[in-house]
Amino acid sequence: MSGPIGAALRRLVATPTAAATTLLCLALLWWGLVPIVDWAIVKATWSGEGREACRQDGACWVFIRARLGQFLYGMYPEAERWRPDLAALLLALAVAALAWPHTLDKGKIALGVLLLYPPVALWLLAGGFGLTVVETRDWGGVLLTSFMAVFGGLIAFPLGILLALGRQSKLPVIRLLSVVFIEFWRGVPIIAVIFLASLLLPLILPGGLNVDKVVRALVGLALVIAAYMAEAIRGGLQALPKGQYEAGEALGLGYWQKTALIVLPQALRISVPALVNEFIALVKNTTLVLIVSLFDVLGIVHAALADPKWVGLTMEAYAFAGAVFWFACFGLSMWSQRLEARLARERRH
Amino acid sequence: MIARLFYDRKIRDAASQALAVLALVGLGWYFVANAAENMTKAGIASGFDFLFRNSGIEVPMHLVSHTANDSFLNLLLVGVLNTVLVSALGIVAATALGFVIGIARLSANWLLAAIAGAYVEFVRNIPLLLFVFFWYFGIIRALPGPRQSFSLFDALFLNSRGAYVPVPQDWAAFVAVPGALAVGALAAWALGRWASARQARTGATFPTLSVGVGLILGLPTLALVWAGATTPWDVPALRGINFRGGFVLIPEFVAIFAALVTYTAGFIAEIVRGGILAIGKGQWEAAAALGLTRAQALRLVVVPQALRVMTPPMTSQYLNLLKNSSFGAAIAYPEIVSVFMGSALTATGQAIEIIAITLGIYLSLSLAVSAFMNWYNAKIALVTR
Repeated sequence: MSGPIGAALRRLVATPTAAATTLLCLALLWWGLVPIVDWAIVKATWSGEGREACRQDGACWVFIRARLGQFLYGMYPEAERWRPDLAALLLALAVAALAWPHTLDKGKIALGVLLLYPPVALWLLAGGFGLTVVETRDWGGVLLTSFMAVFGGLIAFPLGILLALGRQSKLPVIRLLSVVFIEFWRGVPIIAVIFLASLLLPLILPGGLNVDKVVRALVGLALVIAAYMAEAIRGGLQALPKGQYEAGEALGLGYWQKTALIVLPQALRISVPALVNEFIALVKNTTLVLIVSLFDVLGIVHAALADPKWVGLTMEAYAFAGAVFWFACFGLSMWSQRLEARLARERRH
Repeated sequence: MIARLFYDRKIRDAASQALAVLALVGLGWYFVANAAENMTKAGIASGFDFLFRNSGIEVPMHLVSHTANDSFLNLLLVGVLNTVLVSALGIVAATALGFVIGIARLSANWLLAAIAGAYVEFVRNIPLLLFVFFWYFGIIRALPGPRQSFSLFDALFLNSRGAYVPVPQDWAAFVAVPGALAVGALAAWALGRWASARQARTGATFPTLSVGVGLILGLPTLALVWAGATTPWDVPALRGINFRGGFVLIPEFVAIFAALVTYTAGFIAEIVRGGILAIGKGQWEAAAALGLTRAQALRLVVVPQALRVMTPPMTSQYLNLLKNSSFGAAIAYPEIVSVFMGSALTATGQAIEIIAITLGIYLSLSLAVSAFMNWYNAKIALVTR
């Protein structure tokens, strides 16, 4: 064989060591990948009614089909499911507008989204003011995971900016407070923080105030992610040339004017890839709401295994939850890598 | 006058800081007052006396002796040791696996590189909790029961109840093992000095690494074999429906350990790859010009320099692994969060004290790991004049 493909194949057997390595890899693929493909695709059952339709030796995707509504929305009433759909659509539109390179006035749009989206989405999801109320205990699945990730990010992002600015501040007390806050939340496990939020929030607020379980978990997640985001933003602040700060001062701008008009717009652009990585970590960590018996994608899939009708379909359930997370996080990380490449290109000009 | 004060930078700075402190103290005082009121209403005691009371809590895995009659303090110790055990073993195994995968990803053999790359991309985009569930419910709980255990030499057994390992009935002879390790290390060090002196004098090389590793691993192994052969063993054996004897690694431990290692190795592999790529091509070429093989260049020239780049991100992965050992709570592996924030808190209701202790322990452990890694980082830092 000749050509690039032939050369690539020849490289696999160029030396005895290379040939042995190749053989080992092929063996690994044979023992590892072939049974998985066989189970998940070749011998799998895709449609039918109930467990009985499934082959014993293949994946039973009928289970996922039967439970898909629950996996996506939890116990959210079926008649009201257009509301989370609409909230998701609005978010997708906002993100698309911001991600499109030719949009003008991105800063203003971002600010508008930051201020308007949370109340609108909250109204759509929770109801009230003309919509039927849906209790948060009925939220679950992909809906709850997205809610936790988006709202956790929306709380953590501004808090992270303030903390990063505080850590870079010239005022010693502010700096110390920011450093202690950031390092404290970065030094403890998220599980412990969610526990803490769910136990302490009802305790430290005035008596009788019942804090919603979703809010408790959200506060815990947001505090930790804010600390990590602060570090990502600090990286951007430090990467900004000193001349930019000095130019702001030379123009006679005060601290907040300088920060809002000159420093942050540039520093945040630099930190976007790192921020996206923190957001991916947040998406993955939403699974921990299971600790306070909320059911995100993984939690609801896991809970569905207890149904006697579908018992024993562990691998199907985990494969579904894994795929949801993998596609979401892999997509985000591809996006962050493209942004990073574009930023590097722009800086070279 | 007042306007001048308002525009004076020093006074403004001092005032804004004082205001921030005041606001925080006020908020803190408000929270504490509410907590005090709520706790009195709920009749929850406060203080740390509970630590010395009997816990009444049994734990399936304890490195120090623990029964239901022992105190909460002892329970805490059990939890801390279990956290430290799984974290320490996890860090060692994840580093080893991560190095292998990271180097494999840079292999000239593209099939190997592709498999390593696929592993990394797969692992990094899936939540750790899914790994924990997968290993626990998907693999270990799905193993056959005690009667159909997998066995190795009829001494080591793996089944859905955990891993059963033989232990010696008497540890006295095993003192020889650390002794042999010390002798081996000393011999390897002396050998290294002799070999490099000879190489400087005559140019003849000596396989220092393989012989040295052989000495350091071989002598203790020999001592282990000798001690093992002369000591009676407590071998697990099937009695009725379950195994008796030996040491049981509970399934929760096996699952959280496997999950932490397979997950963290994906991140460490990326750090290793990045560190090696950060070393200039000139270093490889210089090594090749000196007549070193690719493996020698990697070991003697590239990796020692890459370690400098790798140490800071590696430190944060180690800290992550330590904190992530708390995922054990999701499958009831008895680590700190599970036994203390879970069981002890339910038993006593003293949320504030227990949370403070737990977070304090994690902060101290994190501090210890980062202090060690900073010391190591300073030790291997490039010496510039």
